[in-house]
Amino acid sequence: MKKTVFLGALTVAGLAAGASAAATLDDVKARGKLNCGVTTGLVGFAAPDANGHWDGFDVGVCRAVAAAVLGDAEAVEFVPTTGKTRFTALASGEIDVLARNTTWTLSRDVDLKFTFVGVNYYDGQGFMVPKGLGVSSAKELDGATVCIQTGTTTELNLADFFRANNMSYEPVPIETNAEAQQQYLAGACDVYTTDASGLAATRASFEAPADHILLPEIISKEPLGPLVRHGDNEWGDIVRWSLNALISAEELGVTSANIGEMAAAAGDNPEINRILGTEGNLGEMLGLDAGWAKAAIMAGGNYGELFEKNIGENTPIGLSRGLNAQWKDGGLIYSPPFR
Amino acid sequence: MTTTTDPHPESFRLSMLIYDSRYRSMTIQIVALIGFLLLIGWLISNTAQNLITLGKEPSFGFMTEPAGYDINQRLLDYNSQDSHLRAALIGLLNTLLVAVMGCIAATIIGVVVGVLRLSNNWIVSRLMAVYVEGFRNVPVLLWIVFGMAILIETLPPPKAFRGENPEASMLLGDSVALTNRGFYVPEPLFSRGLGDVHLLGNSSLRFDVSLDLIAVGAVFLASILISGLIGRRANAIQNATGDRPTVWFWRLGVVVLPTVLVLWILGFYLGYPELKGFNFKGGTYMRNSLIALWAALSLYTAAFIAEIVRAGILAVSKGQTEAANALGLRPRRTMSLVILPQALRVIIPPLISNYLNLTKNSSLAIAVGYMDITGTLGGITLNQTGRELETLLMLMLVYLIISLTISGVMNWYNESVKLKER
Repeated sequence: MKKTVFLGALTVAGLAAGASAAATLDDVKARGKLNCGVTTGLVGFAAPDANGHWDGFDVGVCRAVAAAVLGDAEAVEFVPTTGKTRFTALASGEIDVLARNTTWTLSRDVDLKFTFVGVNYYDGQGFMVPKGLGVSSAKELDGATVCIQTGTTTELNLADFFRANNMSYEPVPIETNAEAQQQYLAGACDVYTTDASGLAATRASFEAPADHILLPEIISKEPLGPLVRHGDNEWGDIVRWSLNALISAEELGVTSANIGEMAAAAGDNPEINRILGTEGNLGEMLGLDAGWAKAAIMAGGNYGELFEKNIGENTPIGLSRGLNAQWKDGGLIYSPPFR
Repeated sequence: MTTTTDPHPESFRLSMLIYDSRYRSMTIQIVALIGFLLLIGWLISNTAQNLITLGKEPSFGFMTEPAGYDINQRLLDYNSQDSHLRAALIGLLNTLLVAVMGCIAATIIGVVVGVLRLSNNWIVSRLMAVYVEGFRNVPVLLWIVFGMAILIETLPPPKAFRGENPEASMLLGDSVALTNRGFYVPEPLFSRGLGDVHLLGNSSLRFDVSLDLIAVGAVFLASILISGLIGRRANAIQNATGDRPTVWFWRLGVVVLPTVLVLWILGFYLGYPELKGFNFKGGTYMRNSLIALWAALSLYTAAFIAEIVRAGILAVSKGQTEAANALGLRPRRTMSLVILPQALRVIIPPLISNYLNLTKNSSLAIAVGYMDITGTLGGITLNQTGRELETLLMLMLVYLIISLTISGVMNWYNESVKLKER
């Protein structure tokens, strides 16, 4: 009978996934809340504050989508996921969108059947070591014990990097960032490796961040972005263009401070007018109301504001824009036109 | 000779299937069986249909693709270019390792504690009661995580062993290092070894067999057999004449000398761990994940085994003890010759289920990053390939086979020790 129960559970899961593949937008509206998958806690990207209010760069994307769809940036149910549980959560319909520094790869797109709607942070895998270790390059890490979050692309990159450089290492697989931090600080591993942004965020939460350094090597490309399930392109479009609205807003100088004034009446710039719904019917095309993008931008500010507030140079995490500057400033952040 | 009488064979009517009590129960069972099978069939076809709709037809082709990830503890050679199947095999061996080590340790601790809990010494019996109640009333996952936390936070990291005045030092004449990454102990090595035999070529199931180990093992087994023969001869003489010849030095010599000789011929020596680079090199490395898991599983299961042993001993009637005492047997011999053999037939059946529990509980290994089969096949492979259904079915099948094997072996043992009723 155990078998039957198991198969029954599978069937229910299958049915649930099948049903939710169709109209995520209707589900979200009916529920009145957006279910958004985030990390279990990575300061700057997604972490609850002392009052249990989630904040961060990835959280900003969730809130922008919720504002665009439901008109309320607070109407988000945050579902903490680990590197292992995130894809099952998304595939089963438990969450509507996953914004959890997830790397866009071919196999995740094609084989796991997810649609990456864009890139909100261009990252790469780095290494963090204690200063006292006396290491200045990742090439000197032969024989080191490396803490690594299991179920991530970093796990595979790490294997490739050490194999390509003909070095050996001792992997210590770990489930969450918090456990990795504990083992690393206790000296149970020499090195902690994950996305460089994650390392910076983790280091910022140490008691003595200055005792730890990030090695210069970045051993992989990690374009991180929000993703949705295959099979509901309309929902994918909504998430994609909510993100693009934040990016375009920064490019066009629309901020949370001046948006009220700009959206009050049609201005001189036709693209701003189209985004803010004072001209054209882009919102209608998406199945949302005309003020969708305005609500998304007001939720936490435009892309640049989100960056500066959560992970920018004036925060403890202190990441510079680098690759994540707007294309006209020499970065890779670029939104297709709103037309 | 008997004649079958069938009075009204032609009078069977279909309605009798329901109204005749001779057929009714059969009819109901057949209908229920058909309904049950239909339900299962519907569930399977529905699952398959939904998976195909999702574009994920069940297939096991991914098992032959390169795994891409590394595994720290591997009993066979493995690298990240090996297949997922090989990674699953490495994980399976790690599962079996911790299960076997755990079952042995749990049995030893459990029997000792179970006997001591019946001790007349008040302090000893109370201490054992505290141990049993403490361990079996806290979830084993907490004990595993707790053990790991203790190892990580209390032991020194390898770098503490470095420098002129190291904060930590190795034990037993610089041969054992206890670090927060695990324990390094000396390993047996052979300077004139016979080498290994590679079996199964380059397939995913390939493995090496150490000829040294086989040679030493074979000689040791042969010595034990000969020693047994000497013992039997001594028994025969004792039975015939009443005098037992002193043979213990013969038996000891037969066991020790040939084994030592083989070890000497093979050039046996111990490889000591040494601090090189980031970690200790050389020696046998027992990772702290293995130690934490092993200790927690053993101590937890031993608490249950102790209760089983206590129950088994109490099930032997007091008259047996008194009879043994009357014959002049000392308490220790009473226990080992009279009580325990009779208690075993009560102990073994519940002991089997505790071995099964220990083996299944070893799947909690991922909590401390021990790469058992749940960590490789059901963890990283599942995550990197997205094949939840296939990997979980295989994983369930593996645990089922392990458990049925353990039950089979233990049931066979139970048959051999149970009370022979003639």
